[in-house]
Amino acid sequence: MNILVYAEVRNGKLKSTAGELLTEARRLTGGKTDSIHAVLLGEGCAAHAKTLATYGAGKVFVVEHATTNTYQCEPHIQTISQLIQKNSYKVVLGAASPTGRDFFPRLAARHKSGMLTDVVSVSLDGEKVVVRRPMYAGKCIAEVMSQTPVTFVTIRPNVIPAELLNAAAEASVENFQPNIDAAAVKSKIVEVRKGKSEKPDLTEASLIISGGRAMGNSDNFKILHDLADVVGATVGASRAAVDSGYAPHDMQVGQTGKTVNPNLYIAFGISGSIQHLAGMRTSKIIVAVNTDPDAPIFQKADYGIVADLFQAVPLFKEELKKIVEHS
Amino acid sequence: MKILVLVKHVPDTETKVKLAAGGKNLDDSEFKYMVNPYDEFAIEEAVRTQEKLTGESVVVSLGPTRVQEAMRKAMAMGIDRGVWINTDGHGGELDSFCVATALAKVVAEEKPDVVFVGQKAIDDDSAHVGPMLAELCGMPHVQVVTKVEWQDGAQSARVEREVEGGIIEVYDVKSPMVLGAHKSLNEPRFPPLPGIMKAKKKPLAEKKLSDLLSDAPLTTVRNYALPSEKSPGKVFKGEPLPEMVKKVVGLLRSEAKVI
Ligand SMILES: Cc1cc2nc3c(=O)[nH]c(=O)nc-3n(C[C@H](O)[C@H](O)[C@H](O)COP(=O)(O)OP(=O)(O)OC[C@H]3O[C@@H](n4cnc5c(N)ncnc54)[C@H](O)[C@@H]3O)c2cc1C
Repeated sequence: MNILVYAEVRNGKLKSTAGELLTEARRLTGGKTDSIHAVLLGEGCAAHAKTLATYGAGKVFVVEHATTNTYQCEPHIQTISQLIQKNSYKVVLGAASPTGRDFFPRLAARHKSGMLTDVVSVSLDGEKVVVRRPMYAGKCIAEVMSQTPVTFVTIRPNVIPAELLNAAAEASVENFQPNIDAAAVKSKIVEVRKGKSEKPDLTEASLIISGGRAMGNSDNFKILHDLADVVGATVGASRAAVDSGYAPHDMQVGQTGKTVNPNLYIAFGISGSIQHLAGMRTSKIIVAVNTDPDAPIFQKADYGIVADLFQAVPLFKEELKKIVEHS
Repeated sequence: MKILVLVKHVPDTETKVKLAAGGKNLDDSEFKYMVNPYDEFAIEEAVRTQEKLTGESVVVSLGPTRVQEAMRKAMAMGIDRGVWINTDGHGGELDSFCVATALAKVVAEEKPDVVFVGQKAIDDDSAHVGPMLAELCGMPHVQVVTKVEWQDGAQSARVEREVEGGIIEVYDVKSPMVLGAHKSLNEPRFPPLPGIMKAKKKPLAEKKLSDLLSDAPLTTVRNYALPSEKSPGKVFKGEPLPEMVKKVVGLLRSEAKVI
């Protein structure tokens, strides 16, 4: 049984999800690394081949091609399809990131094969691939089975802890030149505009600090950014904060925003509506600070403090600073 | 210009999910439905595109009788007519590939220049149908679209899409295309009263799912489970704040081990 792992590179950097995917791939092959292939696309991506080997990739295909150096859906699909034809994989794994979620469904449709998105675990039942995936923004978890010989799976970032296999492993690299049918590329990338922050996206962040309507205005969000900077956290917001113009919409957590699952989610001045909870309930640890002792968020919080956030935030900053400085 | 918009009727966001038949199904007896929130941005963009470039707009929806409600809402917002793929009486499971193949047949008949969809549906959270439909119809797609600027009439468009960390990818896309609307694309209008009145009389054609369905599902749900509920946490109050914060941060390190 061969598995292909799409290891995502953005801005020359390998995404941390690569280690998570390879760890899950190893579980599926029972530790056999020869049957785990990984593919890297992008300018200078060869530099990451060794890292993939240390997480268990038995072979790494390196693709450097004018059409795949910057992500574009169609050339990525053509490249990976050609690898699939060459090596017949049972499972093609990627991360449920904005890139993975963009091209995997289309790739799966091209192969008329099962597509399972945003899954939290993958297993085999006889010959069939079975996954668990949250639905209704995490209000339930479905066990879904693929019925096709090849199955395409994207795994939710931050769920499977990446386990290094062998820090000394050397990659077995094969440079792969895809045959790109340029006429089929009907959507061409013209520009990639840098984001505002270098922090991990909310969907991939392991620490999130969020503010709600109680933040009162956009300037006040600065205190959350300051606090977040101490521990390298990403800042999120409730929809009320976003709709009031206190925070941009790409910071919204919830059923109509981003679904997140960090190790730690700290909610300041967020009431804990069902739609907000839907987006962050799988956080490993939830901390809530709210002036209202009856706020529903306290029912989901591992730790809560009934207090004014404006007084609490500077104190959190102080305490977290101490920890960062002493470790 | 011919504009299609795909709309899904989904359980509203207040919905409490309960299991039926020991987890074989979900208990939908108390579900209330709404237009998938991202589809509202798709509808709005369809209407605005038609207002600017003229032509015709069509809403397409697949589902049981109740989905006509969603289609009427789209018409009230300004869409001209509807094509409903009626799933009443269809017993089997439908995966996103089946849905995409059925919708692709309507797209092949209608020959639109653009198909607007919501970037994902908030019930299954898959975000499959847009890209799959585009593949089946041989059109390019862009997902999580935050801006569309039409070029040369409607021959092509410059489209912005949001990815992680606020990064924006900008594409030049040839028509016909599938665009998955994101939240910041526009501000959907409330259906105006005259629009609601007019919508009742707009044409709504019906197609039977069985006539459009050609494939068995590629994936099937075996069962559903509810997430395990957390045991109640520790809530501090009434003590001096510096001490409470110190305690919580201490617990995050010693007990929860997350920092
Ligand atoms: C279709 C639909 C989709 C939705 N999608 C989402 C979504 O994706 N994400 C989302 O978040 N919401 C979503 N919502 C909105 C949701 O229902 C709530 O309105 C929203 O989450 C409330 O945000 P909030 O908790 O910041 O505000 P509020 O509910 O107003 O809560 C503010 C909280 O701050 C507390 N507070 C006030 N002052 C202070 C202070 N000084 N210090 C500490 N605490 C203070 C208050 O006690 C209160 O609990 C959706 C709603 C609908 C209808």
